[in-house]
Amino acid sequence: MGNVLVYVETSEGRVAPISFELLGAARTLAASLDGEVEALLAGPGDLASQLGAADIVIQVEHPALSPYLPEAHVIVLAEAVRSRNPQVVLVGNTSVGIDLAAGAAAATGRPLVSYCLGLEAEGGAVMARSQLYGGKVVATTKTEVPAVFAVVAGTFPEAAGRTGGKGGRATMEAPAALSSLRTRFLTASEPGGEGVDITKADRLVSVGRGIGGPENLELAEDLAQVLGAEIGASRPVCDSGWLPKVRQVGKSGMTVKPKLYFAVGISGAPEHLEGMRDSELIVAVNSDADAPIFEVAHYGTTCDLFDLLPALTELLKAKTG
Amino acid sequence: MHIAVVLKQVPDLVEELEIDSGGKDIDRSFVKMKLNEFDDHALEQAILLKESSGARVTALAVATDGIDQVLYAAKARGADGALKIFAGEDRLDARRAASAIAEALGKLQPDLVLTGVQAADDLYGQIAPYLAAALGWPHVSVVSGVELAGATVHVSQEYAGGRMASLELDLPAVIGVQAAPQPPRYVPVSKLRQAMASGPLETVSATADDGLPGASVTGLAKPERGGGAEMLTGSAAEVAGKIAALLGERGVVRS
Repeated sequence: MGNVLVYVETSEGRVAPISFELLGAARTLAASLDGEVEALLAGPGDLASQLGAADIVIQVEHPALSPYLPEAHVIVLAEAVRSRNPQVVLVGNTSVGIDLAAGAAAATGRPLVSYCLGLEAEGGAVMARSQLYGGKVVATTKTEVPAVFAVVAGTFPEAAGRTGGKGGRATMEAPAALSSLRTRFLTASEPGGEGVDITKADRLVSVGRGIGGPENLELAEDLAQVLGAEIGASRPVCDSGWLPKVRQVGKSGMTVKPKLYFAVGISGAPEHLEGMRDSELIVAVNSDADAPIFEVAHYGTTCDLFDLLPALTELLKAKTG
Repeated sequence: MHIAVVLKQVPDLVEELEIDSGGKDIDRSFVKMKLNEFDDHALEQAILLKESSGARVTALAVATDGIDQVLYAAKARGADGALKIFAGEDRLDARRAASAIAEALGKLQPDLVLTGVQAADDLYGQIAPYLAAALGWPHVSVVSGVELAGATVHVSQEYAGGRMASLELDLPAVIGVQAAPQPPRYVPVSKLRQAMASGPLETVSATADDGLPGASVTGLAKPERGGGAEMLTGSAAEVAGKIAALLGERGVVRS
């Protein structure tokens, strides 16, 4: 019998959407492996009732687990893997999961496959599809279980991970190692700065590395002004300091669903697409016709942005008077 | 304070990638390699710490084609030493590379290890947590901002939605860097020449553990092109006209 263990990610007292995705995927895998779905909930206990897709919710409580401390969660996940011995462990390939998946895999001597876009049990193995090289290549791997898989957010439907479990409960004793941690939580901060909230904007002109440098930002700002849009950005643009972090769209930034997402010089790394793919209308300008952004865009063009943006801005100005 | 920065090269994603005839790897014959951008930030963070508190910085990397240039550039940017690790082969996944690098770090005995949070080719996981596990040191990843604080280090960890937490780690520790507080600095050619003239790189041999159960790649493919975007072609004026028209149709602007 092969059980599937899901690490449940929580954020601000809520179960993160990725965890429902994983629970849904776990139900399918567990059916193939003739096993059960186990959900590991590390932290305070009033969220177990939301994990209806789990056959058993394993709860661990300890002061070190909340607020989130990576070292403490790796210890708990590794201990749960040792004591429950699941055949498959699913973790989100999120900011949090990057810490946990490899840490727990290394601690338990299990192989790890990251960036998963699809999982299928086949005999005593799991076939996984993973995105590599910024989404330009998809690798198919075969891994004998037991193994750990880190799954990209947005891969599986959340709805399948809401119900269908047996609703069992178990308590896991807090591992002794939680009392001798070598990392400590100091403070938390919310996104600050400028009073900008790009998640509330219904139009976004979002800028990527293709804009070339901060001196060219005004091309995008002029277009944004005529569209009544806010300016967003991809991670490299914020990491380079061209625009503040508060404007970043994607995995380590904001998730946005505006009426218009106008992507300028953004190639569309998976981490970026994760944060904007549900926008109502996506228009993308990028010089590389193979750029992954065109996968999720409704309209695209490889037209040179330095010619196109001023032309479009002028045209819209004339139209809107 | 001795800081080790672990570097590696990845294919330049601006270039087109092709799959080789074996179907299990990208065609590397024409791929342009460049320093992993997150490692670039890790190096910048290390140099900033050197400037602010006099830390000594050693850059290290597993020996691969073109890695000498990367290590010389690191010296030109301010690294005090550069160490090339011979692990017997140059196509190591993160987990096996970590076993070899951890062996080299064991000899180097740094107080702090910085490396990029991820690389575009680490199918089998990220190197920072593997290094930490192999060394038995505490670890935090997705870090933007590192400050030395006596026998500890303070880091800012990023989460979704722009939330951040400040965490403290006992030294020695391993940090997976997402972004340095400022963009990686430019290396003047004159400094690069100086670094290259300063003598050969230090080298060390280490063994990549191959006794680990693993996954195997059965095939690579270009992503399936789904519906995808309707592509607009023509001159800039023509494409602008088409976009203005469709924004009008969708009611985004007055048509």
